[in-house]
Amino acid sequence: MPAMLRTLAQKMGLIAHSFSGGIHPEMHKLSDDKAIETVKLASMLILPMKQHIGTPCSALVSVGDHVLRGQKIAKSEGYLSVPVHASTSGRVLKIEESPIAHPSGMGMPSVFIEADGDDQSDHSLAAIPDWQNTDPTLLRERARMCGLAGLGGAAFPTFIKLVQDKRFPIETVILNGIECEPYLTNDHRLMVEKASEILDGMAIIMHMVGTTSGIIAIEDNKADAATAMRDALSSKEGMDDVQVHVLPTRYPQGSEKQLIYSLTGHEVPAGKLPMHIGVLCQNVGTCKALHDAVILGQPLTERIVTLSGDALPQPANLNVRLGTPIRSLFERQGLVDFNGIQIVHGGPMMGERLRHPDIPVIKSTSGILALGQQAIAAAHSAEDPCIRCGHCSEVCPASLVPNLLADFCRSDQTEKAESYQLFDCIECGCCSYVCPSNIPLVHYFRYGKGQVSMQRREQSFAEASRHRSEGRDVRLQRELDEKAARRSRVRRTHAPKAEATPDSVTAAPAAATTADKTASSAEKTVAVDQTSPEEKK
Amino acid sequence: MTGLLYALASLGLFALCAGIVLAIAQKIFHIEGDPMIDNIDNLLPQTQCGQCGYPGCKPYATAVASGEADVNHCVPGGERTMLQIADLMGVEAKDVEEEASAPMLAFVREDECIGCTLCIKACPVDAIIGAPKQYHTVIVDHCTGCTLCVEPCPVDCIDMLVKPELIEHWAWPLPDTKRSQLGHERREQHAGHA
Amino acid sequence: MTEFALILLSAVLVNNYVLTKFLGICPFLGTSSKVETAVGMSFAVMFVMTLASTASWLVQQYVLIPLDLLYLQTIFFILIIASLVQLIEMMIHKTSPVLYQALGIFLPLITTNCAVLGVAILNVQQDQTFLTSALYGAGAAIGFALVLILFAGIRERIDVSPVPAAFKGSPLALITAGMMSLAFMGFSGLVKV
Repeated sequence: MPAMLRTLAQKMGLIAHSFSGGIHPEMHKLSDDKAIETVKLASMLILPMKQHIGTPCSALVSVGDHVLRGQKIAKSEGYLSVPVHASTSGRVLKIEESPIAHPSGMGMPSVFIEADGDDQSDHSLAAIPDWQNTDPTLLRERARMCGLAGLGGAAFPTFIKLVQDKRFPIETVILNGIECEPYLTNDHRLMVEKASEILDGMAIIMHMVGTTSGIIAIEDNKADAATAMRDALSSKEGMDDVQVHVLPTRYPQGSEKQLIYSLTGHEVPAGKLPMHIGVLCQNVGTCKALHDAVILGQPLTERIVTLSGDALPQPANLNVRLGTPIRSLFERQGLVDFNGIQIVHGGPMMGERLRHPDIPVIKSTSGILALGQQAIAAAHSAEDPCIRCGHCSEVCPASLVPNLLADFCRSDQTEKAESYQLFDCIECGCCSYVCPSNIPLVHYFRYGKGQVSMQRREQSFAEASRHRSEGRDVRLQRELDEKAARRSRVRRTHAPKAEATPDSVTAAPAAATTADKTASSAEKTVAVDQTSPEEKK
Repeated sequence: MTGLLYALASLGLFALCAGIVLAIAQKIFHIEGDPMIDNIDNLLPQTQCGQCGYPGCKPYATAVASGEADVNHCVPGGERTMLQIADLMGVEAKDVEEEASAPMLAFVREDECIGCTLCIKACPVDAIIGAPKQYHTVIVDHCTGCTLCVEPCPVDCIDMLVKPELIEHWAWPLPDTKRSQLGHERREQHAGHA
Repeated sequence: MTEFALILLSAVLVNNYVLTKFLGICPFLGTSSKVETAVGMSFAVMFVMTLASTASWLVQQYVLIPLDLLYLQTIFFILIIASLVQLIEMMIHKTSPVLYQALGIFLPLITTNCAVLGVAILNVQQDQTFLTSALYGAGAAIGFALVLILFAGIRERIDVSPVPAAFKGSPLALITAGMMSLAFMGFSGLVKV
């Protein structure tokens, strides 16, 4: 009932619209006052061939090659992909599979670079200080060439969104500085320290999509970031139509669709993108990276990573080169013994649990957490039967019915699950968080989604196989028909001749009279018809 | 007597009318073929492997639709396909006779291949390319792993390899119930200590 | 008008054929494992029941009573129902082969569905007019469809719930049906017909 009242009040314009559901977890922002520190270069960097959502890259370098910082070492294969760059100068030691932050524990081909310590940069990319007068398509190509992927955590190739589509003109650019995950503070510190660069990046994006209106969204637990952004904004020219919106803290406000609803009151329809309602959403880190790519001509080779967690002695925000092993970062912050510690890649709500710390920092690494016994105990608590309290439905920001959906996923009723909008689930983890029976709901949804995509893949493979099999049957039938046709043609042309020899002998005396000719030919056909079954034998 | 006559006449007349109506309806609602065949065929994995005892997926679908074959003969489809077909046919689910093995791919050891084209003729989905006296090779993306090419090879140069698992195709497993069990025990232990 | 509404309401809820008269239990349990099947079955039964009750009223009024052949009532009514079932069977086979397959034996068994024959016989016993008899048939059919679909919906939910092994399948279905029947008894004070 309160939810209905709220919706009604929002529709009438009495209160500001806000996405439904959501939770208020303990925020644990341990490192929100820690300035960004730059980490000493690691001796060995591991660069996986896929650090974004999409198709993996293929390596351009071979073992023994010397590479410079910012040099492209892997090229994208396919549209939904961005290249990978060396993040320091050095020698390619090996190219082999290395574990990455993936729930399967499987590896990914990676380029191992032994740093030479000189950290020489590749200056082949020119800076574009005059971006205001540069064609947006050139800037878009620059974003792709520099390997930009969303630094908020999803790592969606940035250039794909930066497009002017006549059918869907972008009206508003939203700068996402929400950072609603507990523990993480990298976006927060970036806004405090690099506000001007972030705004430059945002201005470039607005130029690229052809709009002047923008919103900077910040949650109210980051007041200093809001102040810093407002200050920087007042000194920027041509950004009068950009406003800083401070929203009440609630998880998962940083999720694209939820944020857009909170700010504009428009809902992104299921299966559609924000661009379809004229909105573009970018993370603050991505804007800073775009600034570096365009104004400084630097590819994406470093990012801000939050190191935190209740088991970490010194939480910090670090400026880290991509490819730096996570273990060395933990050691820097005073954590050496990983016994009884759960390492998480990303935030505690949506991140991946890692099996070991020998995994490199990649483009999607917003934070690395070391969680202690308590967190592990929570993760290992038993799953009790659902008591139908309905909490999960109340907190679901996508307005789904998680308990029912999980039942369908568990019993492999994928069609049912899809009809209950399984694919609208953003896997934010609110339902699992509030569940009093400790049901790992999101895990069930991931299982269900995996099963659905597997079935779709198998189905399309079966469809293609059927097509090929039917094509083969048609071809074989045609070959048979042709053979049969040829044989009968052969018989028709050859058989009379073969028959003609004995026949002509017998017919020769009669050949003198023309009147008998027709009769003899008639006899001949009869003779052929009689011999044909014998021929077959 | 008249009563009996009336009874017979009215009942006969009425039955005749009903019969005529039904005969007309039969003409209107006449159906060609069995539409269930395509529905079943759509559920089959289309490996054309013949492990069901029929020469391909479509013949098996035809046999199932006519009630001639059981629903549990598709080995590569496994339990899921069996359940789907049983569901569609409205019959009881049965155990699949053979356990489906891991997805396989055929691989031609090319230095041993003599180029006889026998495997090409055997492949039901045209997934092997090659010409007489030339090496043959398997198109990995199209191979259904049906093993039909192994038998005809005169020099036994075709191996069936386990299809490599791709990270893109990895799917989450169900939450581990054993782990939940462990959590239960652990919690009970803690409660006992307290 | 009030009379019509009362007849409809009483046939659908108060004197529900399945849950208060306990007629037609066989298809109620047999075709309720999935909502889609249940909807198909409901429409088939609605078709047969409504037409059968009107047709049987006509036969009763214009054939059986004038010719004094009331002892042939059952045979005549079964003939009507069987013809209608044949007709709907052809229609379903043509329009939805999957539904035809799913309903299986229960589709021809509508012929021997006691609810259908029950409606026809009770109808002619109650001295109805043509219109009220049609309405009574339709109401009974809607009542059947309502509880069948409700029951199928509940069974689908039960299907994915962790149920103790001893209760899986039919036992829990029967218990559920019993509880629904108890719930429908609550309607008995609604209308007095």
